[in-house]
Amino acid sequence: MPGEKANPKAPANVTAGKKPAKAAGVQKKAASAAAPKTQPLEMVQPAAAAAKPKPKIATVSMAGCFGCHMSLLDIDERILKLVELVEFNKSPIDDIKVFTSRCAIGLLEGGCCTDENVHNLQEFRKHCDILVSVGDCATMGGVPAMRNMITLKECLDEAYQNGPTVYNPKNLMPNDPEIPLILDRVYPCHEVVKIDYLLPGCPPSADTLYAAITALLFGEPLKLPYELIKYD
Amino acid sequence: MSDKTITFTIDEVEVKARPGQTIMEAADEAAIYIPRLCSLKGLSPFGACRVCTVLVNGRPQSSCTQPAAPGIVVENASERLHDIRQDIVEMLFVEGNHFCMFCEKSGNCELQAMGYRLGMMEPKYPRLWPRRELDASHPDIFIDRDRCILCARCIRASREQDGKHILGFLGRGPHKRVTPDSSDGLVQTDAAVADAAVAACPVGSLMRKRVGFGIPIGQRKYDHRPIGSDIESGAEVPDERK
Ligand code: SF4
Ligand code: SF4
Ligand code: FES
Repeated sequence: MPGEKANPKAPANVTAGKKPAKAAGVQKKAASAAAPKTQPLEMVQPAAAAAKPKPKIATVSMAGCFGCHMSLLDIDERILKLVELVEFNKSPIDDIKVFTSRCAIGLLEGGCCTDENVHNLQEFRKHCDILVSVGDCATMGGVPAMRNMITLKECLDEAYQNGPTVYNPKNLMPNDPEIPLILDRVYPCHEVVKIDYLLPGCPPSADTLYAAITALLFGEPLKLPYELIKYD
Repeated sequence: MSDKTITFTIDEVEVKARPGQTIMEAADEAAIYIPRLCSLKGLSPFGACRVCTVLVNGRPQSSCTQPAAPGIVVENASERLHDIRQDIVEMLFVEGNHFCMFCEKSGNCELQAMGYRLGMMEPKYPRLWPRRELDASHPDIFIDRDRCILCARCIRASREQDGKHILGFLGRGPHKRVTPDSSDGLVQTDAAVADAAVAACPVGSLMRKRVGFGIPIGQRKYDHRPIGSDIESGAEVPDERK
């Protein structure tokens, strides 16, 4: 049960300009708990890039719609700057399926609704220094969590048996071992593994994502202006 | 001001009040914003949400109901009160079902705006995912109880401003809910779309039908300026309904 593995600590909120001291403290604590041997992140200048390896970013889409990944692509020409700064590891962006090295930042899109999502979250926690829940699905469950108010059985019955557009004369329920096992409800990522930062939004805007990622790469406290924090 | 003027301090700033004014009313006139959700200009104070909690001589009090008194020392904008208020707002989020991403009130919602102002990214408490009934019986108005914060603004506005009794509370604790004055739903009351009660809801719970998402993102009430900015800039206390 993912709920039982929940970290009892409150999620480390990104502070919106209120208490930078706290945010910095949270970041330090998170880094030391997750990866005691990691080097502090620095910006890699293009000239030095050949000598110094770039910090790596991993991303994943779980119970989400890929909207947050689309929003990341929405940073327009700043993406050229971003690829100068970082290298992508496991991510649908480059189609690398498994971690091939330790990553500085893991961006999580989507909530946790299957055993495969649980596994993904554990992998990300193991291989990334900083984990960021990106978007409302990752931070609170989002639209998929609308099923959290009803039982799993009611949900499956409606989807595969009782729904007005369902044609299923043999009353089959999806049961193939290839299909990830569905959880009793949709969990926000921080109820399954420790998350260092939360960025709400559906999706968070490209400006929000760019500001947050660059702040984390430069090791700066995340102080996002009022207009960049939205729950919609 | 007359010699009955009351003088006290809020965060060490001297504030004047007339007899009978609450701490919040005096603060508003002094351009000091105290966060609030259940208080609404023109309605009797109710003291439901406790977001307006201040420390009066060290004791927590709801400033929307507590009368100003001579010489009291009020603490408002401190870090500990910020944290208490954020906790309250987070509890309001988790005890309902708030899906801002498809809510008609988003951008104009006082609960959401309070979350933004206080810097909430996501409640630290686990969401409760309660099961609440929707009342869509009325042709022009719906009640989406998933989003109700039990502030009683609709109930007070109906009684005090519309001269009706379309709504009331039923049940206790987690079962408490806003309910129309008819077991057959809102349609069987004399609720009308132009009622002050409908406009009084701070969230997306008591809502007009067919007008959602009318204002584009970027032009909504709280898109650019935090809730409370009007009061802080010395403007007259706004009617949050407009
Ligand atoms: S009522 Fe407000 S807080 Fe609740 S879902 Fe709607 S916009 Fe969000
Ligand atoms: S319906 Fe709206 S105004 Fe009425 S109690 Fe609920 S939140 Fe308050
Ligand atoms: S505004 Fe004072 S208790 Fe709600």
